[in-house]
Amino acid sequence: MLVDIAFWFFAVLIIGSALVVVLSRNMIYAVFALLFTFFGVAGIYVLLNADFLAVTQIMIYIGGILVLLIFGIMLTSNVTGVDIKSGQTGKIQMFFAGLISLFSIIFLVYIATTTNWKVSNGSDQSIMTTIDSIGKELLTNYLLAFESASVLLLIAIIGAALIARRK
Amino acid sequence: METFNVFEKLLGQNILSALISVLLPLVFLIIYALIAILGELKISAWIQERLGPMRTGPYGILQPLAEVIKLIQKEDIVPAGANRLLFNLAPYVIFAGSFAGFAVIPFTAAFVPAEINIGLFYVFAVGAFAVIGIVMGGWASNNKYSLLGAMRSASQMISYEIPGALVILSAAVLANSLDMQKITALQDGGFWNWFLFGGPGGWSKIWILPFTLLLSLIYMITSLAETNRTPFDIPEGESELVAGYHTEYSGMKFAMFFFAEYSNMFIVAAILTVVFLGGWTSPFGSFMSGYWWGIFWFILKAMFIVFIQIWLRWTLPRVRVDQLMYLGWKILLPFALVCFVVISLYRIIY
Repeated sequence: MLVDIAFWFFAVLIIGSALVVVLSRNMIYAVFALLFTFFGVAGIYVLLNADFLAVTQIMIYIGGILVLLIFGIMLTSNVTGVDIKSGQTGKIQMFFAGLISLFSIIFLVYIATTTNWKVSNGSDQSIMTTIDSIGKELLTNYLLAFESASVLLLIAIIGAALIARRK
Repeated sequence: METFNVFEKLLGQNILSALISVLLPLVFLIIYALIAILGELKISAWIQERLGPMRTGPYGILQPLAEVIKLIQKEDIVPAGANRLLFNLAPYVIFAGSFAGFAVIPFTAAFVPAEINIGLFYVFAVGAFAVIGIVMGGWASNNKYSLLGAMRSASQMISYEIPGALVILSAAVLANSLDMQKITALQDGGFWNWFLFGGPGGWSKIWILPFTLLLSLIYMITSLAETNRTPFDIPEGESELVAGYHTEYSGMKFAMFFFAEYSNMFIVAAILTVVFLGGWTSPFGSFMSGYWWGIFWFILKAMFIVFIQIWLRWTLPRVRVDQLMYLGWKILLPFALVCFVVISLYRIIY
């Protein structure tokens, strides 16, 4: 029962704040609404017993990406005095965007309903924590992907430093 | 000692025990904040050879209470041209973020609000809410000082999160866990088992002893920067920025910022206590150890760290922005990295 209440709370939070993100003309509202979307997704992860994923979601999306977005918008709008608002979109663009979104929703729902998910029963104690299994999998089966991601990040850091140092 | 949540054991896993587990840290936080405010007033006075508040109550011990009553009475002002919604929301986001950290603080072996396996990682992650809240408040105030303070604060917190995370990572490697109760329980049996002195184990730990000492020092410095305390309080440097990101706040909303700052101070002190000072374990082996003594030791150690934070605040001058960045990126980060590599090697060998 309690889990159901929590689920609906997070579901409403995610969808409500996501609507603000999409529909708000004011970019700053959109960015701060994104905070609640990310938080709600982390809450859903917790309900799914994916503890590590939930905390990673907060760490990376709220602590990293959202801060970056806020910095970008604030430094441009408040320092230069330009009010950042998303512009008007043409009717045709809106139509096609809506069409594509509709198709992707149908496609995602189709995938979600037809995939044979592995569901564990709640009594399984080994799913109490995911951090051990994620760590083992990352350093054995998915080592190549893991290492490539780290090399990519290293390249990005070097590139950022190079751009920042250029006078 | 066995670790469990005493309320879940007594009342079962229901809403009531969950509610108590949530409310107890809140009550603790309020009482602690009042004591810490008094401590701040009195310690600063002693350091500056003053008496401090003396009129309210004997030796002025009721001063923080009077301050809170004053803040409740104050008029709540929203500056014209401020973004009303975000301006009002920011104090709650900051306070919620800092209070969320209390969810995994192990007060004693028998009580931690939520015993989760990734406690340390969680505390680090929810710190992100404070950054968002500070930037939100600073931007919504429509004041250049506030915005500058918020920007400085956010960049400082993000920079110092990296050496801090490396310290936590080293501790996790050493303890083989991120669960705060497990890390504490490992250090049971006396102060020589604390991770400050290399953790439990035989004489081989002498190899990593200097590195763990260094790591705790690095964490102490980063925790000062992350809570915006002196010598790293440039986000609220009053000589240049009035009061930084909370310049425009008054009344209860200002009090929320205040409580959030003190709550953050306690959280970093608690992390330091759990990771390096043995948490609720007794420093003298089985002497004075037990579930009730656990509370005593934990709060004593954490309050000692809070005392050091206050002490440093009133002793040290403020650093410049470039010095802050130099210290964070060119000194703390490389040292933390070296310590991390050495400790990982030690874990592989022994």
